[in-house]
Amino acid sequence: MSRQGVGWYRHWISFQTIFIKEILRFTRIWVQTILPSVITTTLYFVIFGRLIGDRIGTMGGLDYLDFIVPGLVLMGVITNAYSNVVSSFYSSKFSRYIEELLVSPAPDWVILAGYVAGGVARGLVVGLAVMLVAMVFTEIRIHSVAVTLLVITMTAVLFALGGFINAVYANSFDDISIVPTFVLTPLTYLGGVFYSIELLPAFWQGVSLANPVLYMVNAFRFGLQGVSDIPVGIAFGIIAIFILVLGAFSLHLLRRGVGIKT
Amino acid sequence: MPALDVQQLTKTYKGGFQALKGIDLTVEEGDFFALLGPNGAGKSTFIGILASLVNKTDGSVRVFGEDQDRTPELVKSFIGLVPQEFNFNLFLPVVEVVVNQAGYYGIPRREAKVRAERYLKQLDLWDRRDTEMRKLSGGLKRRLMIARALVHEPRLLILDEPTAGVDIEIRRSMWTFLRELNAGGTTIILTTHYLEEAESLCRHIAIINHGEIAERTSMLTLLNRLNTETFVLNLKGRLSELPQLGGFVLQHLDDCTLEVEMSREHTVNGLFEALSRNGIEVISLRNKQNRLERLFLEMVDRRADAGWSSSDPANAPDAARKVTA
Ligand SMILES: Nc1ncnc2c1ncn2[C@@H]1O[C@H](COP(=O)(O)OP(=O)(O)O)[C@@H](O)[C@H]1O
Ligand SMILES: [Mg+2]
Repeated sequence: MSRQGVGWYRHWISFQTIFIKEILRFTRIWVQTILPSVITTTLYFVIFGRLIGDRIGTMGGLDYLDFIVPGLVLMGVITNAYSNVVSSFYSSKFSRYIEELLVSPAPDWVILAGYVAGGVARGLVVGLAVMLVAMVFTEIRIHSVAVTLLVITMTAVLFALGGFINAVYANSFDDISIVPTFVLTPLTYLGGVFYSIELLPAFWQGVSLANPVLYMVNAFRFGLQGVSDIPVGIAFGIIAIFILVLGAFSLHLLRRGVGIKT
Repeated sequence: MPALDVQQLTKTYKGGFQALKGIDLTVEEGDFFALLGPNGAGKSTFIGILASLVNKTDGSVRVFGEDQDRTPELVKSFIGLVPQEFNFNLFLPVVEVVVNQAGYYGIPRREAKVRAERYLKQLDLWDRRDTEMRKLSGGLKRRLMIARALVHEPRLLILDEPTAGVDIEIRRSMWTFLRELNAGGTTIILTTHYLEEAESLCRHIAIINHGEIAERTSMLTLLNRLNTETFVLNLKGRLSELPQLGGFVLQHLDDCTLEVEMSREHTVNGLFEALSRNGIEVISLRNKQNRLERLFLEMVDRRADAGWSSSDPANAPDAARKVTA
């Protein structure tokens, strides 16, 4: 038996199994996983886009409603990629069925990839749903399909990794809502979803540049509408660096068995 | 090549507690092996390390010649684990638990479904395949853990107290199942609290106490070391006076019940001959105490006594009386 040859196929099956399990999980409970984001963003479109947006006029050269579309889509992607991994992985730790994976020959990186892919899938499903809702309110033409897909996927990967790290350290169900509430929401709201940072005084523009979400929102806005506050290349570079750092750290945590092995 | 070869295995938990103090243990391929010890002896820690759920502090683990540190994936694929505590996703249907486990081991979905059906049928769970886990009783969950552990067809099956809290009927059927599995070539290691279980199933045995192996021997040798045995006899007629039988120590429990202690030089045949000569007719007899249990009480220090359980209804004197009454 050639161990190596068989190994890759086996890993692929393990990955698939985790991925399918994750997709079945969030689609089974879609009322808790998909629907809330769709409802919230619909409200945003109605209130900020239609009712208030008409009085604001244009922002960054776009109608206000059009301006907030990329941010709202990305917000859905970020929250859902994150929540999916943090809830699913934490539950598997809490009820100990993570042991099913730990006793199996699936290597750490396959386990991580499976969970991250599950989070990305939910992020993209919600992103697509929000996009469809947006189409009800405005016309959407995609400036660059490649940039749009790449940004949205990389963003989902990054926040899925964030959710994983959160789950590793979480010791209670409360711990898995702390980061979304105190970190994710402020970062996205201050990440240029609702305004162009050109509106800010110089100092606060500088501070905003330290917010990674700003780069994702702008790169995504460029993909959809060809407009961005920052060069898209820099945005990609920064997202990629964050993915590498969080990915390496996640693997390190898994290898050491932090939070899952004694 | 032994199925399991453990050298100088130690485990110190984070708080500084040393749960394993240098375990050396080998288990031959094809063996049915019992790991016995009181609560807190380190059995689950030991098994956790074998199954890669607990990080060892020091020492080496080889499974069918493969080193756990060098070829962890291979070692994992050799082992099937039935853990002590339930570790299920309670919101999944039964069949999916088994299919997913096969998938984690790299078995393609179509084959995984075939195997899930095979093992669920073998463990009498096929009718419940669509039941959500949380609706399954404890006994069925225990059996499902066995099906799940077998789906990748491991060469070494490790069970940590597999029959804890399982009613006697299911326990006996699990024993039969495990015996057949072992006869088919699967090496089995189990820990148990029920000494009768070890006596009835296992060929070799190790006793672990305070994180050390206190004894490693064959079940036969162990049982032979006992030099006396006590039987309780139910008599046909009333017995007003204790007869004198050479070599047997007799005691009156009540008019119709006699307790006999005999040393190993004597046989049960001899006992009955002597009783017959005295005109005493016996309706039934039973062992007073599980023999192993008494041996353990001698071997394991007093402080640990509380950990030993004879709560098996089959051993309980009341239940036994009912059966013979
Ligand atoms: N995670 C842990 N942290 C600290 N001590 C532990 C941990 N798990 C078990 N122990 C201790 O290690 C000893 C052995 O436990 P265990 O292996 O579960 O014993 P057994 O399975 O034989 O009952 C016990 O004293 C237990 O309290
Ligand atoms: Mg235990």
